[in-house]
Amino acid sequence: MEYNVIYKMPDALSKKPFTYCPGCHHGIVHRLVAEVIDELGIREKTIIVAPVGCSVFAYEFFNLDGTVAPHGRATAVATGMKRANPDLVVFTYQGDGDLAAIGTAETIHTANRGERVTTIFINNAIYGMTGGQMAPTTLLGMKTTTSPYGRSPEREGYPVHVCEILKELKGVAFLARTKVTTPKDVLTTKKYIKKAFLAQIKNLGYGLVEVLSTCPTNWGVPPIKAMQWLEHNMVVEYPLGVFVDKVGEDK
Amino acid sequence: MKRGYIEIDRERCKGCGLCINVCPQKIIRFSEQFNTKGYHPAEQYDPEGRCTACGFCYMMCPDVCITVYKIVQPVRGDAK
Amino acid sequence: MKKLMMKGVEAIGEGAIRAGCRNYFGYPITPQSELTEYMARRLPEVGGSFLQAESEIAAVNMIYGASSVGKRVMTSTSSPGFSLMQEGISYIACAQLPAVFVNVVRGGPGLGDIQPSQGDYFQATKGGGHGDYRLIVLSPSTVQEATDLTMLAFDMADRYRNPVLIFADGLLGQMMEPVSFEEKEVTYDNSAWALTGAKGRSPRQVTSFNIDPYGLEKMNMELQKKYRQIEANEIRYEEYRTEDADVLIVAHGTVGRIAKSVVKMAREEGIKAGLFRPITLYPFAYEALSNYGEKTKLVLTVEMSSGQMLEDVKLSLCNKTRIEFYGRMAGVVPTPEEVFAYLKSLIGRQ
Repeated sequence: MEYNVIYKMPDALSKKPFTYCPGCHHGIVHRLVAEVIDELGIREKTIIVAPVGCSVFAYEFFNLDGTVAPHGRATAVATGMKRANPDLVVFTYQGDGDLAAIGTAETIHTANRGERVTTIFINNAIYGMTGGQMAPTTLLGMKTTTSPYGRSPEREGYPVHVCEILKELKGVAFLARTKVTTPKDVLTTKKYIKKAFLAQIKNLGYGLVEVLSTCPTNWGVPPIKAMQWLEHNMVVEYPLGVFVDKVGEDK
Repeated sequence: MKRGYIEIDRERCKGCGLCINVCPQKIIRFSEQFNTKGYHPAEQYDPEGRCTACGFCYMMCPDVCITVYKIVQPVRGDAK
Repeated sequence: MKKLMMKGVEAIGEGAIRAGCRNYFGYPITPQSELTEYMARRLPEVGGSFLQAESEIAAVNMIYGASSVGKRVMTSTSSPGFSLMQEGISYIACAQLPAVFVNVVRGGPGLGDIQPSQGDYFQATKGGGHGDYRLIVLSPSTVQEATDLTMLAFDMADRYRNPVLIFADGLLGQMMEPVSFEEKEVTYDNSAWALTGAKGRSPRQVTSFNIDPYGLEKMNMELQKKYRQIEANEIRYEEYRTEDADVLIVAHGTVGRIAKSVVKMAREEGIKAGLFRPITLYPFAYEALSNYGEKTKLVLTVEMSSGQMLEDVKLSLCNKTRIEFYGRMAGVVPTPEEVFAYLKSLIGRQ
């Protein structure tokens, strides 16, 4: 019998094994970004800007030219690249600490300028690389190593809603929040990522996709349980959906 | 006649079990052996040929370990 | 060559444009905002890209980005803003990216004031941010020299793949003098390492990151090797009436210019004074200056700081002569008269 390969590792990924913990959603999102790059045929002109955090090695996992920015500054680095060479396709890959704490100013102003770059934003409500400290997106009551009694609004403030803040900025051309806990989610997320890239390719503005993701290691639960916890807690705090879409449907 | 099958890169696999959890046919399991990282990698166990090549395992795999193969459907009217 | 009357900061901007710089990212801060404004006006005229960043932190990272795709790029700022850029400069230095920085130094520390100063000498010449790295630091003393050194800075930055700093102050920045621009064809080619997209080749990485200490040490050794080359090739300084001098003034930048007047005043009164003016603050002219240890009776270092370059002067001379210091801080500019009076008091003259 004859069989065809219908799903395999995309070309835009390098073969290097990921350094993420078992079950971490980073890998799923990496693969989706690579699939979109392959489908758009832009691998040879796409540059990745990795952040500081668990995905600090991201630029080694893609078969792309790339760099790693100082903590929080990925979108500023991407801005410099895109302004200096508008023919490139530039994307940043950032976590919640990088994008929504130390890099808040860069995030907001890059979005507001409608910078022709794309951001993939991993929100797992915790600092992974440094060992499970509180993130700006940590849920109320959630225990982390720096909120050992649970996050309280009086002490640590409320979880930051990045999409809800950015949706008011006119430079944003595509903005969505999604998750990757089921195959259906995965397909939806891929569609969103493609649109976030098309936002820059079609010269419409800034594109960002926030992916609610698990951190089994620092949440202290097994991978499957982590996905259930995400469904029951994170999705409640962070509603899914498309916030801005100036890209429209692909023909 | 199998409709489809998967290959798992057992050295890349970290044994997270997301593919096992999502497989509608329940034909993926943890291997009893270890890989060199010390994980029990996932493996397909499909003696009855139930794999439909749906690709769910591939979609959920965080380590891009899975390649999915699907049978080439005979073209209608093909002599064979 | 045609001469134009230009302000120091504008002459730096025009020099950059004539050196092929087409990308500027910056944030307004006194006393250098006219340079930011000049670039905002001029860059669109030459097909370049100007962007006012949301902060100096963003600006330096935009520089990182633009440089990593292989383009000539610069920013300008003043002391507090330069402090904010230090993290990014450390990354740029380690990733071996060419870039030109201008620090129009003002009085500090803290918010300080907006008057001319040289109090950022340590920060400029000893690294400034975290880790073992150096900037090439150029200290002009006239508007013409500011222009020439800016154009040179871009060539040096590309040649060594290293950040280069123009160390100026508000006096030089605001001064108007005639300037002529060297007509030269701009050629530079960063295609061997720049991030241009992995087309027809394997992917490239521009990075300051290496989790393996042995790997990172190797990266550091490469940097150190480069610094030794820079030290061997790029030391620049000016000697003025030093042939027979037994009193030597060491001063750089604007103060070098003031010191030149002091030398003239001293010579008129029969004092055999000379000036040694470092132009590259890093690499510092240790060896050239050390020759004056035996030849002079007195070396007077003058700075608009509490004595920062003084430490390098002492390192050069190893106590082989008498070393004295005169400095004003916080944005106070010393006059030739007060420096001359101090010099005379040191040698027992009225």
